Amino acid sequence: MLQPEVIQARRGGFTRRKFIKGVVAAGATASAAGYLFRGSGALSPFLTAQGAVERLVTLNVNGQQRRVEVPRQETLAMTLRYQLGLTGTKLGCDRAECGACTLLIDGVTHYGCSILTHTVRGREVTTIEGLERNGEMHPVQQAVLDEGGFQCAFCAPGFVMSMVGMLDRNPNPTREEAAELLAGNLCRCGDYDKILNTAMRAAELSGARA
Amino acid sequence: MAVIRDMIPPFELYQPAEIDDALRLMDQYGDQGWVLAGGLDTFDWFKDRIKRPQAVIDLAAVEEIRGIAAGADGGLEIGAMTSLTDVADHADVQGRYPLLAEAAGLVATPQIRNQGTLGGNIVQDTRCWYYRSGWPCYRAGGNICYAATARSMNREHCIVGASRCVAVNPSDTAPALVALDAEMVVASSSGERTFPAADFFIGPDIDIERMTVLEPGDLLTRIALPAPWEGARWYFEKIRDRKSWDFSLVSVASMLRVEGGAIADARIVVNSIAPFPVRMTAVETAIRGREPNEETGQLAGEIAIEGARALRHNDYKIALTRNLVKRSIRDAA
Repeated sequence: MLQPEVIQARRGGFTRRKFIKGVVAAGATASAAGYLFRGSGALSPFLTAQGAVERLVTLNVNGQQRRVEVPRQETLAMTLRYQLGLTGTKLGCDRAECGACTLLIDGVTHYGCSILTHTVRGREVTTIEGLERNGEMHPVQQAVLDEGGFQCAFCAPGFVMSMVGMLDRNPNPTREEAAELLAGNLCRCGDYDKILNTAMRAAELSGARA
Repeated sequence: MAVIRDMIPPFELYQPAEIDDALRLMDQYGDQGWVLAGGLDTFDWFKDRIKRPQAVIDLAAVEEIRGIAAGADGGLEIGAMTSLTDVADHADVQGRYPLLAEAAGLVATPQIRNQGTLGGNIVQDTRCWYYRSGWPCYRAGGNICYAATARSMNREHCIVGASRCVAVNPSDTAPALVALDAEMVVASSSGERTFPAADFFIGPDIDIERMTVLEPGDLLTRIALPAPWEGARWYFEKIRDRKSWDFSLVSVASMLRVEGGAIADARIVVNSIAPFPVRMTAVETAIRGREPNEETGQLAGEIAIEGARALRHNDYKIALTRNLVKRSIRDAA
């Protein structure tokens, strides 16, 4: 079940009208728990305790500053998909088990389903949408094309992000090392052999580029 | 026992930058407050709506307890918020405390090690699925253990240390830290206390609703490692159903100080067989003065399982414990 404010995908900046609407919707959602109008810093002068967070935050996603209003309990994968329209990050298990939501935070892989959006304020978030540079694919993306690495490919964005993280740690892994470094991602099609071919090809391609 | 698995219910969120502010908030909210480190233990509870705290105190911004630095008397101090990846990759940890580097590097997956913290790995709650599914068991404040009935699925549960509850401690770093004589530094608004790692973990006979000495208002802030034994041998092995990405069924951590071919001192610790990491002091005493060979290992294994009692589906843990303790002495390097 999505909350009303989450359903409105907001790709651009806020208009004043939309912003107020968002706040009211958020207040209404939270009222059952007694949080009416404690939702927004703009409307809530009494939320000044040490370290209490405002709901309107600026996120650094794929090199862009994105203003977005985020409920405190929202996870990063939810914010990216349903508020910023970055649906490349998949939600599989929502339990830090399957890896479909893997993304980079300050260049390091994390499960987007298992970190609060508020926790990544001020940090650099990179999703699969942020890998290409000036129309040129990332070596890992090129490797997926070269090797036809996935069957249904629901797990692909997570695997690709894990491979980017893997190559940063170990630019020249053996097949066994690659398997271990990609252990945090699951493929229900059982396509691991081709996925490892892809990982090895990605190492080759990124070595060639460097 | 309807468990709702969808969006996390709302809570108040605090992100203090100082320990003192975190401690103040913890006091203010008491058992209605929830301390968030890496979150890998936390979010399952929240998504299942089994734990519904009023306020979450996120420690991500408390820089003071993140990182690794030289400690007193040639030791090493690790902030509780240091990620498991940073622990496993750190040159000093790898060089001087390879047992800990190995244990931290075997936790879960790269993504989880990148986010999960050493402190969180130490204080994580048990993985008994009856308890984690929201069944009102002893540990959850009820008056029954669902894992110890005649029909329970208890392949992963206790063989020693049970007291009504038969859940086990799932941590990989905990046995390593006990074997390294680490000290746990705990802060609260009334000051700082230090516990030897072996006393930090408690069984259900002491408090059935906690895994550690931490009470509401207490925060594990640092882990202090004493200078390692000179020329020590070590061994760590984690047995799990798969080769990667799983909790341990049984794990063993050992440190041996060998002088003139004989064991001068030893620490043998086994985890996931009890609600706390089990330091095998009887084994340590018995092997002192002996050579670290097959024979000594055999003797140690037999002593290690004395008094162990299997549940319906976990008698394999007895044989596994015997063999792991043997290997941890014979194969320590």
